[in-house]
Amino acid sequence: MFRLIPDSREDVVAVHVDGVEVKAQRGETVAALLLRQETNWSRLTPISGQKRAPYCMMGVCFECLATIDGVPSLQTCLTGVEDGMRVERQRGRPEASA
Amino acid sequence: MTVQIDLLIIGAGPAGMSAAITARKHGLTVLVVDEQFEPGGQIWRNIETNSRINRSKILGSSYLEGKETVKRFRDCGAAYRPRTRVWQVEAGCKAYMSTDGVASQVKAKCMLLATGAQERPTPFPGWTLPGVMTVGAGQILLKTSYQVPKGRVWIAGNGPLSLLYAVQLLDVGGKIAGFLDTTPRQSPFKLLSSFVKAAIHAPLDLFKGLGWLLKLRRHVKFIRNVSDVEAIGDDKIQHLRYKTGSGLEDTVPADVLFVHEGIVPTIHPTLSLGCDHHWIGDQGSFAPTLNQWGETTKENIFVAGDGAGIGGARVACLRGELTALYIAHKTRHMSMAELQVQAKPVRSRLKNAMASRPFLDKLYFPRSEIFNPDGRALACRCEEVSVETVRDQANLQVFDPNKLKALTRAGMGPCQGRQCGYVIANLLAGSASCKPADIGLNRVRPPLKPLTLDELATLAEPEARP
Repeated sequence: MFRLIPDSREDVVAVHVDGVEVKAQRGETVAALLLRQETNWSRLTPISGQKRAPYCMMGVCFECLATIDGVPSLQTCLTGVEDGMRVERQRGRPEASA
Repeated sequence: MTVQIDLLIIGAGPAGMSAAITARKHGLTVLVVDEQFEPGGQIWRNIETNSRINRSKILGSSYLEGKETVKRFRDCGAAYRPRTRVWQVEAGCKAYMSTDGVASQVKAKCMLLATGAQERPTPFPGWTLPGVMTVGAGQILLKTSYQVPKGRVWIAGNGPLSLLYAVQLLDVGGKIAGFLDTTPRQSPFKLLSSFVKAAIHAPLDLFKGLGWLLKLRRHVKFIRNVSDVEAIGDDKIQHLRYKTGSGLEDTVPADVLFVHEGIVPTIHPTLSLGCDHHWIGDQGSFAPTLNQWGETTKENIFVAGDGAGIGGARVACLRGELTALYIAHKTRHMSMAELQVQAKPVRSRLKNAMASRPFLDKLYFPRSEIFNPDGRALACRCEEVSVETVRDQANLQVFDPNKLKALTRAGMGPCQGRQCGYVIANLLAGSASCKPADIGLNRVRPPLKPLTLDELATLAEPEARP
């Protein structure tokens, strides 16, 4: 859905999105990274399984919720990428963690 | 042990930073907490990084104005905690928050909520499809990731932010398939007196806005007086249908649609505190009820910036400054006489800075469809409750949002009414033929932000009693 503007990028980190390694820029949010992926939805709703994508990018719509490093329902628009981070698109209601 | 500070500021945007700078000047101990990685708020988001790597020019002069404020904030001696989500605020100026998964609590003598604004929720059929997002979201993606939308990009909006973002997109080499101007047409005579006032006090702002408009109309398919928008697609937006006030209707291919219908104050924290709120008719929004210094109806809890009613960055800075002066007086860092002397010039600058607001409020007041959306649209995105379902309940005499929530689950999802609150208040008010203020909003319940039990458990022992 989005593309980067050609620019001299610094600080590239590797993030795993649903098990696939992708490049991200240090200092950006997970939601921004998700919007550049071929799969352009970020979660399936718990009610009817509708596909949703980040909508507000500032923490008020809760459409960008994902599981990050095992922690479910995190607002990816408020979470910065980290090298080696594991992001899983949330499918329906998250499992209660052990 | 937690040391009690003079002032806790929630939000490091224009108001929060200005308040911190002023409070520090008068010797208060200040802690500023904020959700972002860098100070600046939404308007000056990521300005330190963008300045360092030379990306800031494209974002325009009002963006660059923030650089100076951010620098003064960094140097002012206030403690600053970024990446911090406040999930509970309590009377007595207590706040609970999490930073990188670790919870903490802060107690202060005074608390300033400088939490800004959010874009007005605008339900229409298809507004939940991937590919549909707000103009503000698009601009944040430009400021933080330097990324632009691909494919056939449409903007449907009303207000300066949609024009500014469209121009910024063109400037960085982005493409726009079309701009649907949803500003309602109105008689110039109704705007005249407020226009004159704005032209006298803020001529440059008007010229800037006109410049954006002319540029867009020259380079982009520009359709005026759009009254209805619908996004169509299976798993993402594929087409866009629009209708204008003059009866023009069209369906066009679309890959991305940005929408914007102005901004409304962030009132979740003050709602959860039980502060009084009132309806601002000119802006079509609620705002906390404040005294002349920005104090809410709960003692020692203050609001400054767009959270107090939309005024823009310059107004936010001045409101932050004014409130901080009063807090300096309240915490015995300044006499009443000194406060009056210090506040006078700030008040007069504030009056000037607000001079163009009535014109902007009138010109960009949202079209009536925003308050009375298509029945097929989802009113509550989280729980997937349609506008029609809400209207059906209203027809059964359900006019209380809390009762509606119990009956339909509207407002029960993770956004806690941040998207559906206004929509439901408007719908119920429409059915009951009253004002949204008579309907009110859902009760806000803790936590304000999602919180895992693991995170809660990291909360250390309560602070030592004073």
